[in-house]
Amino acid sequence: MQPKNIIQKIWEQHVVHQEEGKPDLLYIDLHLVHEVTSPQAFEGLRLNGRKVRRPDLTYATMDHNVPTRERNIINDPISKKQIDTLGENCQEFGVTLADINHPDNGIVHVIGPELGLTQPGKTIVCGDSHTSTHGAFGALAFGIGTSEVEHVLATQTLWQAKPKTLNIKVNGKLGTGVTAKDLILAIIAKFGVKFGTGHVIEYTGEAIREMTMEERMTVCNMSIEGGARAGLISPDETTVEYLRGRKYVPQGEAFEESAARWKALASDDGAAYDMVLEIDASEVEPQVTWGTNPGMCIPVTANVPSPENTEKSSEKDEIKRALEYMGLEAGQPITSVKIDNVFIGSCTNSRLSDLQKAAEVIRGKQVAPSVKAIVVPGSFSVKLAAEKEGLDQVFKDAGFEWRESGCSMCLGMNDDIIPSGERCASTSNRNFEGRQGKGARTHLVSPEMAAAAAIAGHFVDVRKFTAQEVM
Amino acid sequence: MEPLRIHQGLVCPLDRSNVDTDQIIPKQFLKRIERSGFGQFLFYNWRFDDDGNPRPDFPLNAPEYNGASILVAGENFGCGSSREHAPWAIQDFGFKIIIAPSYADIFKNNCVKNGILAIQATEEQVQTILKKAETTEGYSLTVNLEEQVVSDNEGFDIHFDIAPYPKEMLLNGWDEIGVTLKYEDKIKEYEQAHA
Ligand code: SF4
Repeated sequence: MQPKNIIQKIWEQHVVHQEEGKPDLLYIDLHLVHEVTSPQAFEGLRLNGRKVRRPDLTYATMDHNVPTRERNIINDPISKKQIDTLGENCQEFGVTLADINHPDNGIVHVIGPELGLTQPGKTIVCGDSHTSTHGAFGALAFGIGTSEVEHVLATQTLWQAKPKTLNIKVNGKLGTGVTAKDLILAIIAKFGVKFGTGHVIEYTGEAIREMTMEERMTVCNMSIEGGARAGLISPDETTVEYLRGRKYVPQGEAFEESAARWKALASDDGAAYDMVLEIDASEVEPQVTWGTNPGMCIPVTANVPSPENTEKSSEKDEIKRALEYMGLEAGQPITSVKIDNVFIGSCTNSRLSDLQKAAEVIRGKQVAPSVKAIVVPGSFSVKLAAEKEGLDQVFKDAGFEWRESGCSMCLGMNDDIIPSGERCASTSNRNFEGRQGKGARTHLVSPEMAAAAAIAGHFVDVRKFTAQEVM
Repeated sequence: MEPLRIHQGLVCPLDRSNVDTDQIIPKQFLKRIERSGFGQFLFYNWRFDDDGNPRPDFPLNAPEYNGASILVAGENFGCGSSREHAPWAIQDFGFKIIIAPSYADIFKNNCVKNGILAIQATEEQVQTILKKAETTEGYSLTVNLEEQVVSDNEGFDIHFDIAPYPKEMLLNGWDEIGVTLKYEDKIKEYEQAHA
């Protein structure tokens, strides 16, 4: 039999109908729903007298709009309306909902894995582009628009053209102080913000195998920032052990059977891909984005680029515009850039291990006086687990605010907004103009780098930062 | 959805690459629970200054592009968030067709679902159109989806590719869920086999 990669295997298992000249009709195993991209979809069902075909395969949470200070005080009436609307829709259509006070509530891409809803081999969709996160488990997971949300609600299927496959081989090991976040930022910096368009990525190689599930999620999360709708990692023992005992996975004997099935999904030796890209993990340094898309990213040891470094006039303009928006000088060392805010959170970096690592960097130190720093755990359960370990105290002692869970400052749909012209070291995934607030300047970094910057008041190489302390 | 066969319209140039959906429709406008009314917020932070006054140098504010229905932009248009509010805003503002060298996948899908034709042209062709739109007053294009051709009345004439399925959807203005429900037996069969 011809060797197959995991993308081909999952695809073949989910084709409901195939016909010349049409995309395939693909079955969807899990549909995650949140308050921002669903109201118009439910409205569409209502107008056409349609039902949710499989409420049992649909799971809803509230995350984008939720307040992170006082859980139940939603100041913006339109935010409140959106949250209430999801509650009403779930009730009307029989969909399970983790509402803002539910113990399972959190950012959709944090709770899916946490609850064991996310499993290898599943097709998973959500009206959110960072659905690629779930790919860490060897699931085919991708973001969809609201019309597609409605389509999945009504039919539990989607018309999908078969994607091309792309293998990103990460050779070697990551150095000390270099994280999964730095790796994915370095990949996007190297190959650009659209190398993955039309493709599903499989991340392979030594560095990936050695990662924990939470690190793998960070990598897969940002696949969309490279243009790929989905990015995944073949399941292995690490995947199985993470899932064991979680709320929605099979238990006992049935779990072992599932585990065997999951591991068999891993790409076969010698499987072919439409494209292969390679990167050497040992060469990756801690990264900082300097511009207005995630590809505008440099190692912390480097200087901000100059428009003169490029030939293409459209790129020159882009760099110029980005420098202007970000208020940076071409050629200045990135470590000389002072920050006003630090945000540790988002579906990229708000899991327990992210908070643990950031806490290690700041333990016993003080946030620089000019910096406002907040930590927003990815879910209730992350928050509880962190508090059990006393991490909340470590952060608070250092001068961080310790918040309730949610998307928060990742996109600032609630009150957590960066004022115009201010600069933020953020562990989120997008540094687009205005993402964290109109005129806000976002620099994407790892939790460790964000923590170090909070203390120093400017970007620092976290490898030296910790070394200094040891000395 | 309205069928789209032949469309003639005024061209608005937007010579920028990697235009992301956070720019197309900033997040503060995502809170509505309706599909309509997003046009007023299209490119909000580029169109308006901090006091809410229109920026005169932004093409969508220029009187010569008033009423344009064809938007021409740089590569990787629509990258970022999956928000369908982006095509809703584009459509609500009056655009029916977009021409760019490349698009983000989710955005392109979202366009088809809303009856917007996102044409992929070459970098060179896009540059030509951008120049013409910037220099010729009232520059308009005719798009023939049936024939897959874009032309003007000065001899510019290009062919574009589009997959058969989105083409059929756009030409007929179909409701996709209605189409899919014709395959309900197959869906049931699949569900029984995988129960
Ligand atoms: S944390 Fe940010 S990127 Fe993730 S789902 Fe929420 S808004 Fe989207």
